[in-house]
Amino acid sequence: MNDHASTPVTTLHQDGEGWQLRGPLQLTTIETLWPQLRAQLKSGDILDLAGLTHCDGAGTALLFDLSRRGITLQGLGEENARQLAALQPDKALPVMHTARKAGPISQLGHQVALLIGQWRNQVSFIGGLLLALKNSAPQARTLRSSEIWRLCNDCGTNALPIMALISLLLGVILAFQSALPMRQFGAEVFVANLLGLSLIRELSPLMMAIVLAGRTGAAYTAELGTMKVNEEINALLTFGIDPLRFLVLPRLIACTLMAPLLTIFAELIGLTGGALVMKGFGIPFGTFMGQISGAVDLGDFASGMLKAGVYGLEIAGIGCLFGLSAGNGASAVGNATTRAVVYMLVTLVVTDGIFAFIYYLMGW
Amino acid sequence: MALIEVRDLVCRYGSRTILRDVSFDIAAGEVVTILGGSGCGKSTLLKHMIGLISPASGGICIGGDEFIGSDANTRQCILRRIGVMYQSGALFGSMSVLDNVRLPLETFTRLDAAAIELIARLKLRLVGLEDFAALFPAELSGGMQKRAAIARAMALDPQILFLDEPSAGLDPVTSAGLDALIRRLAESQGMTFVVVTHELASIHAIADRAIMLDRSVQGIIASGTPDELARHANPIVSGFFLRKPED
Repeated sequence: MNDHASTPVTTLHQDGEGWQLRGPLQLTTIETLWPQLRAQLKSGDILDLAGLTHCDGAGTALLFDLSRRGITLQGLGEENARQLAALQPDKALPVMHTARKAGPISQLGHQVALLIGQWRNQVSFIGGLLLALKNSAPQARTLRSSEIWRLCNDCGTNALPIMALISLLLGVILAFQSALPMRQFGAEVFVANLLGLSLIRELSPLMMAIVLAGRTGAAYTAELGTMKVNEEINALLTFGIDPLRFLVLPRLIACTLMAPLLTIFAELIGLTGGALVMKGFGIPFGTFMGQISGAVDLGDFASGMLKAGVYGLEIAGIGCLFGLSAGNGASAVGNATTRAVVYMLVTLVVTDGIFAFIYYLMGW
Repeated sequence: MALIEVRDLVCRYGSRTILRDVSFDIAAGEVVTILGGSGCGKSTLLKHMIGLISPASGGICIGGDEFIGSDANTRQCILRRIGVMYQSGALFGSMSVLDNVRLPLETFTRLDAAAIELIARLKLRLVGLEDFAALFPAELSGGMQKRAAIARAMALDPQILFLDEPSAGLDPVTSAGLDALIRRLAESQGMTFVVVTHELASIHAIADRAIMLDRSVQGIIASGTPDELARHANPIVSGFFLRKPED
């Protein structure tokens, strides 16, 4: 019974006018035999199969191929004949229609229609969300606080280690890279100003958002997408429960609350990393902090917090939107997650640009 | 010699024993159903027989080769002799039905593309899906997905096909169609079928022999033809066939 012991040989002989096949006709023996038979046998030839010892499904497929090429099969045993009959050799296989490649205009039209569909989907999602928020506001206690707490823990507390690592490295790298050239001008002390402003206004909210997008936003898409595949969303709908209120709103609240807190944490760790590097450059911790408090005011801190809150809202919203609009099947959830993360990152950059422009106009 | 030999199999999840000292043989060409109430260990037994779970003790021989604790080569060789259809079909959603059937042939044989395509399409013809080869699993009905999964399981011409709850979630007509397909494949292709099911109509339609498991004995409570089991002296066995609720 050991297939791996030895593979029996199948041989093809020419016998006067016809051909003879001897041995088993199975998946392991037809690999070389099939091209050989195709090359040597022509329509009208006779193939004697009386010497056939065993024939499996692949072997029967080979006989089917020979039969449809007009080769006459003779001497086929009863069992093998029954197998071949089950494949209906007299009936041609249906023509398979492969999808015709669309032309450039058709592709453009398809992409535009897709884009319009996405916009409509987004507008409808935002509208539904605002409605859910309006309906929930008078009865805030009906929002599942334990679920919001769990989600806060997931996207906030559990993200602290990765946030700490990235922020510390960011602070260290920034301090080191700027201290080296600034030392040439004896201006190392101003590295603290640079670090304070860049981390608090810009980099910490952005880094926090990138981590949140990759960690939490993607998880929301995958979770909601899988719920959709498993018909859990349909179950909510048939209960008369609004999925936006039940699933999306708690995630939006959790992310919007946790994003500023994570940002404060990232700022503290980033500045600590910077302070450690500057200590090596001979700037004491007290001087470092004094420089920061002189350079950064409450407005800078508030602008960073506002950005962080908006980023949190966007990440949770996009994650949930793509999850709820995922197709069926594992690959559809994977595609939705990839698209969601790309969309989140692009949205973050665009939002950052808008914030920069508004802050500039407002003189902040 | 039996094609499948299960000897003194003990299956545990943690400290919980599901099956104890289960032994039986299945001969080549037989259609055997493994049946029993929910939670009796049918699917657990199947998962042990296809090598997804290792037993606490005991042995499983397939085609004379010991499956449990076998080396990688023997295991691969045994896996080539079996095909499995999972309860949900488990078709790869990103591939067309034809590509699903083509995949094992492309992975494990050196046949050219034309031969592989022909074999795959003939497998689909055997299960009545030749006209749906280009569709994706999500575009098929539940019954069609199961038939496509059978075609994929047969791609490498295994000696044994294991089917896990083939009728689950199907309407009676589709279910009867699937039963007829199993019977037709067993007769025309000479395959051995091990079918886990608790559908009485399917058991009567397809089984040469049925092995009934029960929680009370943590193993086999009865074995025989479906008619024999239906008339069995043990009230648990006959009660199952009479659809009598448990006390």
